[in-house]
Amino acid sequence: MAKLNINGNIRDVEVEADTPLLWVIREQVGLTGTKYGCGVAQCGACSVHINDQVQRSCSIRVGDVSATDRIVTIEGLSPNSSHPVQKAWAAVDVPQCGYCQSGQIMAAAALLKRTPKPTDTDIDEAMTNICRCGTYQRVRTAVHMAANDTSRT
Amino acid sequence: MNKIIRNKSAKLSRRKFVIGSAAAGGGLALGFNLPSGFGAALAQGAANDGTEVNVWVAIKPDDTCVIRIARSEMGQGTITGLAQLVAEELECDWKKVTTEQITPGANLARKRAWGDMSTGGSRGIRTSQDYVRRGGAAARMMLLQAAANEWKVPVGELKVANGVITHAATQRSVSYGKVATAAAKIEPPDPKSIKLKDPKDWTIAGKPLKRLDTADKLNGSKVYAIDVKLPGMLCAAIKDCPVFGGKLKSYDEPKIAGMPGVRTVVKVKDTGIAVVADTWWRAKAALDALPIVWDEGAGAKQSDATIAEHLKEGLTASATNGSRENGDALKAIESAPKKVEAVYSTPFLAHACMEPMNATVKLSADKAELWVPSQNVEASLAALSEASGVPLAKCDVYRLDLGGGFGRRGGTQDFVHQAVAIAKEFPDVPVKLIWSREEDQAHDFYRPISQCKLSAGLDADGKLVGLHVRVSGQSINATLNQAAIVGGKDTRQLQGFYEEPGDAQLGYSVPNLLIEYAMRNTHVPVGPWRGVNTNQNGVYMECFMDEVARAAGKDPLEFRRTLMSQHPKHLAVLNAAAEKGDWGKPLPPGVHRGIAQFMGYGSYSAAVAEVSVSDRGKVKVHRMVLALNCGHAVNPDQIAAQVEGSVAYGLTATLYGECKVKDGRMVDLNFDTYEIMRLAEMPKVETVIVSTHDFWGGVGEPTICVVAPAVLNAIYAATGKPVRSLPLKNVRLA
Repeated sequence: MAKLNINGNIRDVEVEADTPLLWVIREQVGLTGTKYGCGVAQCGACSVHINDQVQRSCSIRVGDVSATDRIVTIEGLSPNSSHPVQKAWAAVDVPQCGYCQSGQIMAAAALLKRTPKPTDTDIDEAMTNICRCGTYQRVRTAVHMAANDTSRT
Repeated sequence: MNKIIRNKSAKLSRRKFVIGSAAAGGGLALGFNLPSGFGAALAQGAANDGTEVNVWVAIKPDDTCVIRIARSEMGQGTITGLAQLVAEELECDWKKVTTEQITPGANLARKRAWGDMSTGGSRGIRTSQDYVRRGGAAARMMLLQAAANEWKVPVGELKVANGVITHAATQRSVSYGKVATAAAKIEPPDPKSIKLKDPKDWTIAGKPLKRLDTADKLNGSKVYAIDVKLPGMLCAAIKDCPVFGGKLKSYDEPKIAGMPGVRTVVKVKDTGIAVVADTWWRAKAALDALPIVWDEGAGAKQSDATIAEHLKEGLTASATNGSRENGDALKAIESAPKKVEAVYSTPFLAHACMEPMNATVKLSADKAELWVPSQNVEASLAALSEASGVPLAKCDVYRLDLGGGFGRRGGTQDFVHQAVAIAKEFPDVPVKLIWSREEDQAHDFYRPISQCKLSAGLDADGKLVGLHVRVSGQSINATLNQAAIVGGKDTRQLQGFYEEPGDAQLGYSVPNLLIEYAMRNTHVPVGPWRGVNTNQNGVYMECFMDEVARAAGKDPLEFRRTLMSQHPKHLAVLNAAAEKGDWGKPLPPGVHRGIAQFMGYGSYSAAVAEVSVSDRGKVKVHRMVLALNCGHAVNPDQIAAQVEGSVAYGLTATLYGECKVKDGRMVDLNFDTYEIMRLAEMPKVETVIVSTHDFWGGVGEPTICVVAPAVLNAIYAATGKPVRSLPLKNVRLA
């Protein structure tokens, strides 16, 4: 049994404490935008925000998350895909297959929250998610574009 | 927006239904005799609500233009490109275009009206462009005729633009949506009367339009097959014998009795074991806790060293499995004043699609259903029917866009066979099988391992007078399509070295040339991997070409040019890459250039790489310029995306890619040791599209084969030492 704060909603879930947060989000909570890629915190497809920090949810036990921790998944990032990162992603046509892009977008949003005008080096260091389609060049372009979005709050 | 048309017709013709998975699976053909009952009234079928003008186009009363897509989308942009081609001929309003994916059941029910659905070999657009454009044109003609009939004017007096038909003389206009129902009743035009537009006049095709399938990839709402949720669904985790060819010996089910959510343990064929539970994580946790004993078999004796030895023997063996020859290469090299010789090697590689293999199956008394990411949904349908025993007419496959394919999800459909075997234990209950990343790495159909011995002879002027290439390595056909090996000959492994023009022709003319293949198979299953054999062969030919140029004392670009006068298209692309890549111009200290060209999938590719090698041997790729001639360029921005992706996929292979084999099994089972290149290492990529508009070539795969050789040649320029084996992580450069 765990109590989770996901996208502003409190959810009670019936689950073993050692279940990875990723699988609780996907299977018990039913939000499947957060993806399974490796299970060992390498690929970042499972990235979510916990208290505004990007975290790889495949390697966090649900038992180690408390109801006061604010979890945000891709579904809760913005209404209507209106976050500057999502808008930039659309403008640059970043996604190919799209499978890793939830994680890429969550990583980029966390980076911009921390570092509103990231340099290429900042982007290199923060954007470590794996994309097998090879969208990296457009990810970099879109992060810069989102950083320059004047409507950003 | 992407809807799925399901198979609503159970009536099928009695005829041979041949499923071709030539693209990814290598010509695998499965024959089925279909039930009788087919009549002329066949299958207006699949989701035709009266708005279908023809199989490619349906137009709603609100003018929404629905374009049907038969090929699978795995990120390569085929949905957008195919829709552009249909819309171009249809003359509809691009802003009102949506797409719909048809199921293989619907295709079968309508006598394969949508043609081949398999998606591989970079064929999605190039082999369907003619009939999809004709479909769009025929629909336009029918819509115009419907308006002409209504207005009682000659159809020749009508004009159409953006889906609005006008008659100037009477100042009337009507939108497609208003005449679509009438158009659907009109006899389709005689195919001979359909005149396609000259690509020079294109306004939708040929333009860098935004993809149609981006929106739901930005907010988590896109449903991949791994995300499928069905009422009452169970989940399964699986382990197949880690040693290829081995079997399941025993397992201790009581050890996991009582673990949360677990329903049962299912033996999957002779080789695997699955745990079924209410959630996938519970299934996986129980599977990890289940004691399993494997009968590993003879494969357990194999390792990297035994495999390398086996391939090495093929480099000098007398018998071969295919060759091309002109002149007498061996004699020419023997008598040449200067000789160059080298042995190269490339390893097994995994596809590592981001979405692991998965399939969801529901079997009922008279129906079999499958939800799957597949590059060949007709092969999926065949696998579903074969494995379940349910007749084809009562099977259907719901295709979900793939979280990566790269050749892994083509003809083999191993995951479908497994999922059906598990679902048989649970009639009427959908069961979702998901492979762990470790299982995905352990049971791929890997890029074939090979070695290559090359010898060249130069005359006193540094002219190449003889070239001998011997490839020794594993055959994809031997794993996937043995029927393609006729009389022991299998030239598929010589892709890119062919004499014949059009598909994968060698761009050099050498007076004395001998290229040979010695098949040396292993117990490891192999298959097509983005770019397939052009990858290995591109490295062998293009890196060796730099070695020979250096021995001749010539610039690598100039040396190549002297061999390419008979191959103007290859040469033009090489020249374009050299020009945009600033070949011969000054570079910052420590940065060096490499160049390469090669051909595959009917397209011509070349690359220039700018690379530095640090004092400690660390490679940094700064910039890559890639030139591509794919004939007609349907969406230049998506072509650039495919080139960028090829650089990332190709660089991962160059820097890190290697599936080591120990005790008969794969060693590197996750991304901690099977390293994948990240954003920080992505060079600046510039795409140069050299369109000659006189053929249709592929896009998804052709450019990957020049990535590694351009980088390796730049390293050669930097260090003075050729790199002859991959990946670079194993090579000491300092």
